[in-house]
Amino acid sequence: MTVQTERPPSGPPEVVKSGGGRNGAPRTPRARAGALAPYLLLLPALVATLVFLGWPLVNNGILSFQNLNMRQVILHLTEWNGIDNYKEVLKSEDFWRVTGRSIVFTAINVVLIMVLGTLIGLLLAKLGSKMRRLLLFGLVLAWAMPVIAGTTVYQWLFAQRYGVVNWVLAKIGFSSMADYDWFGGQYSTFFVIITLIVWQSIPFVAINLYAATTTIPKELYEAASLDGAGAWKQFTSVTLPFLRPFLYATTFLEVIWVFKALAQVYAINKGGPDRLTEILPVYAYIEGSGNQHYGMGSAIAMLTIIIMLFLTAYHLRIVLKQEEDA
Amino acid sequence: MKRSWFGRVWPNVIAVILFIGFVFPVYWMFATAFKPTGDIISEDPVWIPFNFTFEHFKTAVDADHFGQMVINSVTVTVLAVVFSLVLGLFSAFALARMRFKGRRGFIIGFMLAQMAPWEVMVISIYMIVRDAEMLNSLVPLTLFYMVMVLPFTILTLRGFVAAVPRELEESAMVDGCTRMQAFRRVILPLLAPGLMSTSLFGFITAWNEFPIALLLNKDAEAKTLPAWLPSFQTVYGDDWGATMAASSIFAIPILLLFVFLQRRAVAGLTDGAVKG
Repeated sequence: MTVQTERPPSGPPEVVKSGGGRNGAPRTPRARAGALAPYLLLLPALVATLVFLGWPLVNNGILSFQNLNMRQVILHLTEWNGIDNYKEVLKSEDFWRVTGRSIVFTAINVVLIMVLGTLIGLLLAKLGSKMRRLLLFGLVLAWAMPVIAGTTVYQWLFAQRYGVVNWVLAKIGFSSMADYDWFGGQYSTFFVIITLIVWQSIPFVAINLYAATTTIPKELYEAASLDGAGAWKQFTSVTLPFLRPFLYATTFLEVIWVFKALAQVYAINKGGPDRLTEILPVYAYIEGSGNQHYGMGSAIAMLTIIIMLFLTAYHLRIVLKQEEDA
Repeated sequence: MKRSWFGRVWPNVIAVILFIGFVFPVYWMFATAFKPTGDIISEDPVWIPFNFTFEHFKTAVDADHFGQMVINSVTVTVLAVVFSLVLGLFSAFALARMRFKGRRGFIIGFMLAQMAPWEVMVISIYMIVRDAEMLNSLVPLTLFYMVMVLPFTILTLRGFVAAVPRELEESAMVDGCTRMQAFRRVILPLLAPGLMSTSLFGFITAWNEFPIALLLNKDAEAKTLPAWLPSFQTVYGDDWGATMAASSIFAIPILLLFVFLQRRAVAGLTDGAVKG
């Protein structure tokens, strides 16, 4: 796509098959149809997205201004209560505690994923082809493992009785860990969840990063070593700058992905023990559907979306700007 | 001399340790599923299942409505992917090949849609589906999953369509094809690999989707596998053999897809992801 010939906005060039268009009379309707063609092609996708994504989003906003509990839901009542839901949520200590927890949770996960993923990606580039294929195979296997299947496997790995992790810990000298209940405490549950998410997410980062390193022109390294740069200097002056845009983009994707990691957190321990591992999406889910405060749940959901926009605004702006300049 | 030997060996040692770390949970799932119960609840783990058994798979398959749930999951996933490929192909063609007002707006719109926080919108989705009296139906799940994977499908296919040389299409049209024919006979066959790797993402997303399925389809015969798996684990409690067998059955289709399509799949997924 290096040479791109500009063409008229009507799209299809006039290919006249039979005599019909000889005097040019039927040309105009055809050109108009041509101008409409892209919109017609986009219409189905647009309608589907507006109905099944746009409407739930708007409806979420509408619900958040309603007093909507079990009674109203059963009787199909619509009771507006203005910004009461928001007032109540923003005043509650729980919300702020969960918000802080979500941000810390996201930060820990993303830092671990990005640092370890990058290191493994660089390792892939360093390995011989046989070992690289072996490690790639392992990464792809972990990547392909369905989220919920991975969650049940981690429950089994960390099971109190007969779990492999406790057995290994006891063997290497932590005898107090022999019957440790990982899902009985807040931090230990988070430890399992974070291990699970990091395990699931590293392959994407590592494989992508490895793919990106293969596109670095060899000449850059040659030039750097001619200038007398050592291995570390080459890394900081060639590899890192080259990978920077990629690292930004991936970090951004991981922030979004981890921040809304409802499935793992909910499936592993339902936000427990004592609701101590609820992160924002789980909090909204449990408030809304579990405790049947649908209006409150919607308000929490709206606030969650706003927080996500804030967290990702910086990168979002760059991406949108790139697309506009393209 | 010694140093360089060390320098050559340590990356390989780390690679092997990492390989074990990444593979072990998957291996342990299968190993546990095939082990007799006595080997699962043993004081020292039995690392390799020499005594093979299918008893746990039988327990999982004999669970209530298991067959129905497999059919539900497959139906929802396949239909969602096929619909999104068809709609996605129309849009991708327009975005890659035509110039029109608002093109950039559409692209940005789909990029934003790709980041939609579905997990957070479940309450609203539940109320909409309930008011339409469509709870416990496969239709809403199919439609929501279709839209969930649609933006990725469009943006990825756009790249694949753009990679097909324009000249091929033009010469087909000079030879007398209509635009539609040129598309069907020239572009579509060349897009096959792109369609395959794009659909892999759709399969994974739809097959895995958890919160919406959990909330909308609560009736046993309307459930999909991901919504059922955690409940199976609760019901069967410490029967880890059966739980791992159920997890294996759920994981196998995706693992196989990945292994068979590995190279293409990984390239496809990474392309799409980096493009946003």
